[in-house]
Amino acid sequence: MSDQTADKRVLTEFEERSQGAFIEEDEPTESRITINMGPQHPSTHGVLRLKLSLEGEEITEVRPVIGYLHRGVEKLSEHRTYAMIEPLTDRLDYVAAISENLGFCGAVEKLMGVQAPPRAQHIRVVLAELQRIASHLLWLGTHALDLGAMTVFFYTFREREMILDLFEAFCGARLTYNSMRIGGLLEDLPRGWVDRVRHFLKIFPSREKEYEDLLTVNRIWLGRTKGVGILKPEDAIALGVSGPTLRGSGVDYDVRRAQPYSSYEQFQFDVPLGSNGDTYDRYVVRMEEMRQSCRIIQQALDRLPEGEVRAKTPKYIKPPAGEVYHVVESPRGEQGFYIVSTGGEMPYRMRFRSPSFVNLQALPVMCRGRLVADVVAVIGSIDIVLGDVDR
Amino acid sequence: MDETTSQSPVAAVIARFPGVVAERPSTPGEAVVSVDAAHWAEVARWLHDEGGFEFLSDLCGVDWPHRQPRFEVVCTLTDMRTPARIRVVVGVGGDPPAAPSVTGIWPGANWFEREAYDMFGIVFEGHPDLTRILMPDEWEGYPLRKDYSVGKVPVEYKHLSPGH
Repeated sequence: MSDQTADKRVLTEFEERSQGAFIEEDEPTESRITINMGPQHPSTHGVLRLKLSLEGEEITEVRPVIGYLHRGVEKLSEHRTYAMIEPLTDRLDYVAAISENLGFCGAVEKLMGVQAPPRAQHIRVVLAELQRIASHLLWLGTHALDLGAMTVFFYTFREREMILDLFEAFCGARLTYNSMRIGGLLEDLPRGWVDRVRHFLKIFPSREKEYEDLLTVNRIWLGRTKGVGILKPEDAIALGVSGPTLRGSGVDYDVRRAQPYSSYEQFQFDVPLGSNGDTYDRYVVRMEEMRQSCRIIQQALDRLPEGEVRAKTPKYIKPPAGEVYHVVESPRGEQGFYIVSTGGEMPYRMRFRSPSFVNLQALPVMCRGRLVADVVAVIGSIDIVLGDVDR
Repeated sequence: MDETTSQSPVAAVIARFPGVVAERPSTPGEAVVSVDAAHWAEVARWLHDEGGFEFLSDLCGVDWPHRQPRFEVVCTLTDMRTPARIRVVVGVGGDPPAAPSVTGIWPGANWFEREAYDMFGIVFEGHPDLTRILMPDEWEGYPLRKDYSVGKVPVEYKHLSPGH
């Protein structure tokens, strides 16, 4: 009996302590409440906090609160040489670090007027597209897991593991690669690597079909994603949304096509588009993008030029005074790098335009009027990485 | 719209706002113009409505402590149809430095401007919700200003002696 009373007392104390710790309610009524989702929440994919205003179970307003993972990378970059910044870029979008490396090196090369040799450019494309597949696989697995389809997660991680093994064989790291150098690559491909990629390309289409068998015509999946989190094309453009989230709304804009970099203009690929701009369309777009990535890798391997993988660059990278904005299409969208140089060995200003940061801004528009459970689906469908949001 | 298709975006915007917008030398292949804060709102409106730049790619601040005006707001705009890019550098001075907000033109500028306010203390007039975004609300100072040094903030847990 006395134990039970003690339990009761502890519980009340806990309740007292947690009361109003995070939640700021404005005049709660019976049906109108404000609840707090995150920053520790399994389906926010990191430390994202959302303040949800609810009318019953319907969402009237969402306010994302970010910055929990802010490491001041832009400030740090002003105190690092250019070669020392590349490892920092790995840690922005840590599930697609190759894209960050590629964009950063491309920006510095543009500023210096250096071009990577054709072989390096092709290898960079292969790496970037493998990275896109790996990133989309991570997205698909966790997104499906959020919506209750656990099997897909195990399937996608099986193939993602193969890609990470390829990266490990190439540069020794599985997530933070630091794999590129200003002017090209550090080293050529290891022996047998191309054959391993070809093997992956051979089995991947059948594996992708397995995921689709589990999801595309799955009634629960359709019920959770169709018509959920609609983003109209005009809203998407106005909010600066990019990547598969933008293309899911039917806007034909892909940086690889619009402003090709690293020899993307030499490859044939389609830019898949959605029509309704809902969660399901964003799913379809990413699934098709993985197929297109395979197509690009195939072409790049078939035409892989011989030669050097690194252009002649000075030992100490000192770009001339000036400024440059370079963009790559990361798995999440338009990844911009703005560098202001005053001719020193460190950038005067280094700005990372991260797609996740901008895409997250569209979350309130997509969630308004929906139910709490849909928030989970919508967050999953815009595929944010909090390291990229907070920088 | 015709004038933008027949000439480069830089020439078009300079022809529309002579004496207000000036071309700025940059890396080959990039279109960059500069404008002062007083005219930024009308130039932005024209770029969006007439120039076809309906996609705001980026907006950020730059600090030049020894220049007048001290701050720059750098906007990168994209025309998705052609596709062309133009960068507009807005000189921002005053204390506190102030510039008009372009959230009414590109709603996506909302978080960008909050970030520039957070990092540089640039006040965007007309912004619906100008609060800190990445730093904690009660933070003092503006971290990306040049006079804000790295290591200025004492490390937390400093009461722990070495070896703990």
